[in-house]
Amino acid sequence: MLRHSFKLGAFALAVGLGAASLAAPALAQEKLKVGFIYVGPVGDFGWSYQHDVGRKAIEAAFPGKVETTFIENVPEADSERSIEQLARTGHKLIFTTSFGYMEPTLKVAKKYPNVMFEHATGYKRDKNVATYSAKFHEGRYIIGKIAGKMSKTGTIGYVGSMPIPEVIAGINAFYLGAKSVNPTIKIKIAWVNAWFDPGKEGDAAKALMDQGADIITQHTDSPAPLQQAAARGNLAFGQASDMTAFGPKNILTSIIDDWNPYYIERTRAMLEGKWASQDVFDGIAKGKVKMGPYVNMPDDVKKIAMETEEGIRTGKIDPFTCPVIAQDGKAVECKDGKLNDGQIAGMNFYVQGIEGTVPK
Amino acid sequence: MDMLPLILATIFTAATPLLIAALGEHVVERAGVLNLGVEGMMIVGAATGFAAAVLSDSSVFGLLAGALAGMALSAVFGVLVIFFATNQVATGLALTILGLGLAGLIGQNFVGQPRGAIAAIEIPLLKDIPVLGKAIFTGDPVFYLSLVLVALVAFGLNRTRIGLLLRAVGENHTSAHSLGLPVRRLRFWAILFGGLMAGLAGAYLSLIYTRFWSPGMSAGRGWIALALVVFAAGHVWRLVLGAYLFGGITVAQLHAQAGAIALPSQLLSALPYLMTIAALLVLSLSGRKGGGAAGSLGQPFVPER
Amino acid sequence: MLTPVLALVVAVLIGGLIVALMGKSPLTAFRVFILDPLTDPWAMQEVLLKATPLTLIAIGLLFCFRASRWNIGAEGQFLLGGICGGGVAILAHGMTGFWILPAMLIAGALGGLAYAAIPAVLRTRFGISEILTSLMLVYVADLLLDYLVRGPWRDPKGFNFPQSVAFSDSAVLQPLFEGGRLHAGLLLALAAVLVAFVLFRRTLFGFAVSASGDAPRAANFAGFNESRITVLVFLISGALAGLAGVVEVSGQVGQLRPGFGQGLGFTAIIVAFLGRLTPAGAGLSAIVIAVLLIGAESAQVTLKLPFDLTRFFMGLLLLCVLVGESLNRYRLEIRKGGA
Repeated sequence: MLRHSFKLGAFALAVGLGAASLAAPALAQEKLKVGFIYVGPVGDFGWSYQHDVGRKAIEAAFPGKVETTFIENVPEADSERSIEQLARTGHKLIFTTSFGYMEPTLKVAKKYPNVMFEHATGYKRDKNVATYSAKFHEGRYIIGKIAGKMSKTGTIGYVGSMPIPEVIAGINAFYLGAKSVNPTIKIKIAWVNAWFDPGKEGDAAKALMDQGADIITQHTDSPAPLQQAAARGNLAFGQASDMTAFGPKNILTSIIDDWNPYYIERTRAMLEGKWASQDVFDGIAKGKVKMGPYVNMPDDVKKIAMETEEGIRTGKIDPFTCPVIAQDGKAVECKDGKLNDGQIAGMNFYVQGIEGTVPK
Repeated sequence: MDMLPLILATIFTAATPLLIAALGEHVVERAGVLNLGVEGMMIVGAATGFAAAVLSDSSVFGLLAGALAGMALSAVFGVLVIFFATNQVATGLALTILGLGLAGLIGQNFVGQPRGAIAAIEIPLLKDIPVLGKAIFTGDPVFYLSLVLVALVAFGLNRTRIGLLLRAVGENHTSAHSLGLPVRRLRFWAILFGGLMAGLAGAYLSLIYTRFWSPGMSAGRGWIALALVVFAAGHVWRLVLGAYLFGGITVAQLHAQAGAIALPSQLLSALPYLMTIAALLVLSLSGRKGGGAAGSLGQPFVPER
Repeated sequence: MLTPVLALVVAVLIGGLIVALMGKSPLTAFRVFILDPLTDPWAMQEVLLKATPLTLIAIGLLFCFRASRWNIGAEGQFLLGGICGGGVAILAHGMTGFWILPAMLIAGALGGLAYAAIPAVLRTRFGISEILTSLMLVYVADLLLDYLVRGPWRDPKGFNFPQSVAFSDSAVLQPLFEGGRLHAGLLLALAAVLVAFVLFRRTLFGFAVSASGDAPRAANFAGFNESRITVLVFLISGALAGLAGVVEVSGQVGQLRPGFGQGLGFTAIIVAFLGRLTPAGAGLSAIVIAVLLIGAESAQVTLKLPFDLTRFFMGLLLLCVLVGESLNRYRLEIRKGGA
């Protein structure tokens, strides 16, 4: 979660220049050690799994030049030691891949000024701490359009994890996409209060289908909701990775987190001594958010999906184009014809048309 | 109402693994042994069951292998607490930790692999009964099996000689021993049965409930099974009631959200535990000391020489 | 004293075998898991930091376990301690003052104490087994914490993430050494070991506790009836677990957030048994377990050994200790019988 105000801060720019000199080019014979901290098991097939795919991509991109390491299942409340463990064992670039690692990452970074840190989804930076995140809501806008077109019952089920801004923005983008092609569409949301609990995610999907949803989408990490939708012959979307295998006849597409290009780019910067602290919040245009193949849908829907994807890529379409009307009926403050990154990254309201309240 | 049978079916699936594991632990506790390793046996059953199903490409074989894996782990527990008279609380906890680690190692290479569903069994005629017919008689094979097991355990404990002996051993092992009953052997068999059930419950998780393996997927269900046994206070029928109540609360909570009804979800999630404690209180106030637990529950038995 | 060491050796041998089967060198694994954490000053500090809450909780559990009262809900009492102590820190946010830390520690201990009183009273008044009530209260505590950090105590500037504000400096246990993370909680743990040692060796109460586990009647003679013992051991163990909770929250985490319990309350049960239910043993085995946990992390980094292996090993270690313990007891009894 990052904020525009931070991004534009002169501070970040100034120290960014300084940081370039800190990162000396690695010696040719010495391998660059890159470390990763994962919040889940690499086998979650969702969030941590995709970061690990990125780690492997680094090894493949720089054969013989880098060495990578990861520590999995690191609890956020006890992560400082794990991060420092990597820092003190010669890792020069360390990716900490969960929001909760923010404070520990900053603390360790202060102690190890010659080690560069990359913190995913955070908003606090330092001269050796960069942040990065992805505009997942862009993908959600596309699948919203598909769902709006494909739903027969007019009700879509949404399995939510935790009501943080990233997830709220996802729900809003999804709903706006669906409403743009089907003005009477309804979405029902069930929160499981966890990122990963296959049993509960599946039950949530079932509960949503019991209440009339014929399409399931999820912002949790396991393939269980897709699998349950498939078991009932309903349609669903994959999350984080391409989940086609879990419901080949029922999946419409997947929103794929593709960290590979970013991780490779930052590792290259390190190797060339050009690493600098920065903040990156991008999506489809930069390839950080990718869409799986569009399947199990008629050609006209596929066309809409592809056009939307292309529109977002070229910047012609923005999910949060103004006016954006909040649930209370008031238009959200708007400057350049669309909401800015800060507003999206801190979003904590539903748009008009979504029932229920954002849970506390 | 179209929704009700569907909701009931969801509840039954959510409750089945709880019921099966609790049924096993129920027998173990009737015999006077407390095995806190249910969570560990369950997760090993889930990992082994899934691995076996993938390797053999047979979910039935997977269920069997999962159950046997749970039993193998319980055999370790049994040997320790029965023949070495180790502390049951500590041994059970050790089993859970060991099991969590072991399951991770077993499942390592099976992460992210999908498995097809086991076909549901629809029972003709019965499934046409309004509401309940569709909810009950279109389930998966293990769901039916769980009901059969409930009947068998209830019958076995209350109406057969071996059940009588088992309960005698659990109630007071010293006098059972002086009557010449094979206390240790009976308990060992009970423990093995408990392991078999916990393993089966685990395999149900990874092969039917959610059809893939992921580390930590039992998510505390073994502990809920233990709570259920307390809740049941010695009655198999209350075990069934408790399991479906537990399952029902989870599902009801999701339905309330989907229906845009704001409820503090934490309170609902805490309800099963609070209710169990309340049920124990009521039992106790109505004059049943010990909440219906077996008399020598948890105490090691070392025969006099 | 010999038995746990022997058990450790056996467990290490079996563990080494498994490492070898996984195609890694058992000797290197031994170095990374056990020698490195004990020789490197940084790792040693981290070991002590981890051992601090484990020792505090385990010392409390000794009282229960010696009296054969099975409090397995220390995790819940730990959480309540963190919640109550952390609550003080949140209420006092932005304030400074020497009173804040002591108030937090007291609130934490009282929170754990009150929470442990529930299963104790349920047992003495209503005859309900404490084993599962204390366990079930762990989940209730977990959900209470969840509710608080998502609701009333959520950091208003935290983007809806479930966590409280970061504590002010006056609410944080300061590090003992410059640049390190080891904090004054260690001294509390040491004090707990000493006090427990004296209590068990020198006081009637200590005797009564131990006696009530083996021979309840003897405890009665000492003037302590069963109910009183039950309540007392639960209160002591709850207070220490609560203290551990607030120490962890204040010294290590620095804010309230879900999952700060990390299962330490359960791990402490292993610690208590590994130390053969003696105070000094608890301190030592807390260090052994901490070494393993820290070693496991280095093993992931340097040897790419999965964390699950450590869990497996910890379970194995406890089983070995329990068997050793039992063999020891049997031998004694057989010898007694022969005499």
